[in-house]
Amino acid sequence: MNDAVELFRMTDLTLRYPDRDVLRGLSLTLTGGRFYGLLGPNGCGKTTLLDLLMRLRRPEGGQILFRGRTLTAYTRPDLARAMALVPQNFYINFPFTVRQVVMMGRYPHLSRFAPPGPDDQARVDAVLETADITALADKQVTALSGGERQRVIIARALVQDTDVVMLDEATSNLDIRHALQLLNLFRDQVDGQQRTVIAVFQDINLAAMYCDDLLFMKDGQVAVHGETEAVLNPGTLSDIYGVSAQVAYRKEAQAPQVVYRR
Amino acid sequence: MEPSSATKVTNVRARDRRKSIVSLGVHPAVGTMVGLLLLLAAAVVAATSLGYIRLPFPAVLQIMAARLFDQPAWIAQIDPVWIVVVTEVRLPRILTSALVGGGLALAGVVFQGILLNPLADPYTLGVSAGAAFGASIALLLNIGMLGIYSVPLFAFVGAAGTLLLVVFLASGSGGLSSTNLVLSGIIVAAILSAGISFLKYVADEQVGVIIFWLMGSFASRTWSDVALVGTAVAGSLAVFMVYARDLNLMALGERSAASLGVDFQRVTLVLLIIASLVSAVCVAVAGIIGFVGLLVPHMMRMLTGPDNRRLLPVSMLAGAILLLGADTLTRAVLPQEIPIGVLTALVGGPFFCYVFRRRQLGKN
Repeated sequence: MNDAVELFRMTDLTLRYPDRDVLRGLSLTLTGGRFYGLLGPNGCGKTTLLDLLMRLRRPEGGQILFRGRTLTAYTRPDLARAMALVPQNFYINFPFTVRQVVMMGRYPHLSRFAPPGPDDQARVDAVLETADITALADKQVTALSGGERQRVIIARALVQDTDVVMLDEATSNLDIRHALQLLNLFRDQVDGQQRTVIAVFQDINLAAMYCDDLLFMKDGQVAVHGETEAVLNPGTLSDIYGVSAQVAYRKEAQAPQVVYRR
Repeated sequence: MEPSSATKVTNVRARDRRKSIVSLGVHPAVGTMVGLLLLLAAAVVAATSLGYIRLPFPAVLQIMAARLFDQPAWIAQIDPVWIVVVTEVRLPRILTSALVGGGLALAGVVFQGILLNPLADPYTLGVSAGAAFGASIALLLNIGMLGIYSVPLFAFVGAAGTLLLVVFLASGSGGLSSTNLVLSGIIVAAILSAGISFLKYVADEQVGVIIFWLMGSFASRTWSDVALVGTAVAGSLAVFMVYARDLNLMALGERSAASLGVDFQRVTLVLLIIASLVSAVCVAVAGIIGFVGLLVPHMMRMLTGPDNRRLLPVSMLAGAILLLGADTLTRAVLPQEIPIGVLTALVGGPFFCYVFRRRQLGKN
């Protein structure tokens, strides 16, 4: 599977918030089967870009093609079967059990009144195991800690079985063991099942360990885009964040890693 | 060693038993529903037999069956006064109170689901105040051009107008946030209750009618009331059940719900309109009856869990039983009839305080 399939093609996207321009003529093409890391300073439009790709928000100008068709041509359920979202914050006021919340990830595959079948149950059981929350299955999500809740919502995205997964700082609430475990899992899915992961990161070193490509956003544009080894260097970090740093390949991480200067 | 391993065994057994119940799928909720349905039927019969004239159960059942299957021969031997009491006086009132209870509970479940707030109900959005304001105008001006539908119509116009205003105030560039909705609802409701006070002030001899109506009553309801509320409740239940799964997903928040295939804006709007409509009809027919829409979904959520596909029908049945019980209490048991709205607030309010306090203490 070396010939890359075009997944998203964005041309000249613009979006204004009342107080500022979020995107100014952003153009970008993403191919399938890769792990993308979306980086950049706070408020540079990373989450907005994810929202546009999932059509949770519409651009004011420009066009987004998904698999060659304009994004607006898809129905909401179509999109729900194609891409899953793991948000950063997940807050729920009603005492659903962990199993019920994870099962919600199967809804897009079930017709409105159909109860989940045995294969849906089996899928949920398997994912509960993967996300290390089998022991919590019958607990109410309202009673969980932030990190536990985050693993529930990651599990919900996993059972959705989509080709594309969007991670919006999905691991920032997790302890490092669970963060690595889940990122390893998504990495395996990209390698083994040709899935595509588009992930917003704050931690550049974590992004470098897992991503094939890094995209650095600044001033409403993708300022730097390329393979991790090629673009992660002191020049980029200085341009994007205005910090001085050293970058060196670490074989423990099997990736370039950043050390910052105080 | 001995006792601890014994406890372990019982624990494992208890867990297995729980598992087997879970693996039966919807059965516990279906059991609850059937149980509530039987309870409601029993309550209707019991309530019909109670009152100023105490009627024996067999006669009540006979009259109901005869009317249901259109067989006048079955009740040829029964006192015609009893037949009139059952079919023209008690049953319309009893069925109206049950239907209003069901409708308010349904609206409560939906408002709570949309506002992501377990303490929301038709009042939080100002919908009830809007309906009451509209109805007060109809009562004040003594508008009778549409017969018995004038008050419901004005109530619905008031409720819908209030909803539009609240949604307009709450909507910004980022869609409808539940905090904004609640805040706008409270502001608009405050203005409207001042408006109602003003109407009462200028009402002169009509003031008694408005005040008594606002306190809520099921006295002298007719079969047209039953038909009106019945249509509203049945129709809204059908719409709500179609969107029940979407309502579950909306509990995850707007972004997550949309990413799971929910057309958030459209579903929110449809559900808000239908829930306002059913609230308006209930308010128009029975006046302001508080706490049913708040308490019933809250208690039923403890029983069935928060899945709206079960919560909606179960809450409807429980709301019907509760309000029918309350109305029968004030009609047939208490020495003097208390307005139903006053009774539900006097009993429901303190009970809600108790439930709320227990929750605060984490006992749940």
